[in-house]
Amino acid sequence: MWEMASQRVAFGKTLVEIGKENPDLVLLGADLSSSTKTSFFEREFPERFFNCGIAEANMMGVSAGLAASGKVVVASTFAVFATGRCYDQIRQSIAYPRLNVKIVASHAGITVGGDGASHQTAEDIALMKVIPNMRVIVPADAVETGKAVRAIIEEEGPFYMRMGRSDVPTITKEDDPFEIGKATVMRDGSDVSLIGTGIMVSQALKAAEMLRLEGIEAEVINMSTLKPLDEETTIRAAKKTGAVVTTEEHSVIFGLGNSVAITLGEKYPVPVKRVGIPDRFGESGEWDALMVKYGLTPENIVSAAKEVIKQK
Amino acid sequence: MIDEETLKKLSFKANAVRKHVIEMVYAAGSGHPGGSLSATDMLVTLYFHIMNYDPENPTWEERDRFVLSKGHAAPALYATLAELGVFPVDELLTLRKIGSRLQGHPDMRKLPGIEASTGSLGQGLSIANGMALAAKLDRKLYNVFVMLGDGEVGEGQVWEAAMFASHYKLDNLIGFVDRNRLQIDGETEKVMSLEPLTEKWRSFGWAVREINGHDFEEIIDAVEWAKGIKGRPAMIIAHTIKGKGVSFMEGSVHFHGKPPNDEEYRIALNELEDERKRLVEEFGGGS
Ligand SMILES: Cc1ncc(C[n+]2csc(CCOP(=O)(O)OP(=O)(O)O)c2C)c(N)n1
Ligand SMILES: [Mg+2]
Repeated sequence: MWEMASQRVAFGKTLVEIGKENPDLVLLGADLSSSTKTSFFEREFPERFFNCGIAEANMMGVSAGLAASGKVVVASTFAVFATGRCYDQIRQSIAYPRLNVKIVASHAGITVGGDGASHQTAEDIALMKVIPNMRVIVPADAVETGKAVRAIIEEEGPFYMRMGRSDVPTITKEDDPFEIGKATVMRDGSDVSLIGTGIMVSQALKAAEMLRLEGIEAEVINMSTLKPLDEETTIRAAKKTGAVVTTEEHSVIFGLGNSVAITLGEKYPVPVKRVGIPDRFGESGEWDALMVKYGLTPENIVSAAKEVIKQK
Repeated sequence: MIDEETLKKLSFKANAVRKHVIEMVYAAGSGHPGGSLSATDMLVTLYFHIMNYDPENPTWEERDRFVLSKGHAAPALYATLAELGVFPVDELLTLRKIGSRLQGHPDMRKLPGIEASTGSLGQGLSIANGMALAAKLDRKLYNVFVMLGDGEVGEGQVWEAAMFASHYKLDNLIGFVDRNRLQIDGETEKVMSLEPLTEKWRSFGWAVREINGHDFEEIIDAVEWAKGIKGRPAMIIAHTIKGKGVSFMEGSVHFHGKPPNDEEYRIALNELEDERKRLVEEFGGGS
């Protein structure tokens, strides 16, 4: 029903376009440029691409220095290494001085598949969200990824953007607007609001179709900026439907679900349920099988939706 | 020195492990053949000849430890442990499948024989330091072996660990760098130059020796030499060929993290079977 496309490829291609317009764009990689697709940029602009080798912490520090000297820096590697391994370098050298570094990570979440728990991260959003000055973007598909890369490069200051390894369904259109900090309503509905991010937005759209067959009208919201959270859209949704399900390919602890639940708890309490990765490490397996095992299916969203509706 | 019997045993075991590696990553549809095959001869020599190890009791307190810091070479370690009898050979084909004990990268809580959970590069030498230190504290005589990738040596933590090991005189620690000269983005010297690597380790207080990591006798001799070093740790820089044993994988960056396709799989297994036949001719009989 939807076409599948790679967020990483969209990211890589967009960087080449931006590189032509912006001579201050500099890229850093950590021995994974073919996986993150920053290799496209490296081929086009070899003088503005620097491989740091397998040394992510150093990469973050070098990013800070380049940015402090007027460059716009995109530093890329797998999400697990981009965040956890370099947390302190990001905090101290990039976020604290509010430098113009864009950390764009691929292979986030459980859809990494076969590599297993060491390479899957369900904590990256949490780690980046908690750092002051850091903004966090999780595009839903390849089309939105291209727009998001442009937006975070145009906007001054540090960003963390996460992408998956696997191809994802294309659910947005080329001419849909993208704005940092603004959620988009993908589908109208009055019974329950499904607020998703990343690959889970398409799962939420599938869940909404399934709910419709049971006479439940679900609103679906794509929360592509996790921080700053679009509180206005979140509260408006709660007011309208009175029941919210959040869904993300990330730990239920301190991800999107946490942001939404806390916002609503403080400002407009309604029943909320979080659909995400439970508080445990992942494992090797085919990515779609892992989505089932770790509770990230449309069916999981459907049952959560029914529960919150019951609690209204 | 190596006797004919040992040479024969190690040669056949290495051949068997290489076959398993190819079968495992092919069946899994993902995984890392290149760095598994470059490490195979060292793993086999350690577990089948050097280490004080009881496959029936992989948690025996006095055992020598081996930490695979370059965790992506897990298929070679799993195959070696299975050939040794730590767990059934049949289980090898479950690599990377959902529910398997054979995770994409080693998990010490899932599979017997795994000493450390690795996969995030740069951390194994620190873990090995801790094990070597514990042996000293407990006055135990076991040795700790650790294997690093050459690209992995780019991680700053490796050098923090290198300093620690010599500072605390961990002479029960013996390291290997699998010097296959390749990482993911290409040649190590192009991505992030390491040379002069021997001098780097030496200046960090280590005894260092360079060997051919595919020559069983050189591996055995180097470990004997390392055991004789007192008051500091020893590093063996093993010159190897990434993908060793499968012609089209040898020296190829392409097969770092990619399994063979159907045709490549057939060719790879044929080559390894030819090698086995050659070994039968050379040594007579088989195993
Ligand atoms: C901290 C960290 N960064 C990146 C990776 C991704 N990665 C897996 S293998 C590899 C290359 C390893 O090269 P090398 O150490 O030379 O291993 P070998 O050639 O023996 O396979 C990289 C970058 C990782 N596993 N861990
Ligand atoms: Mg290497």
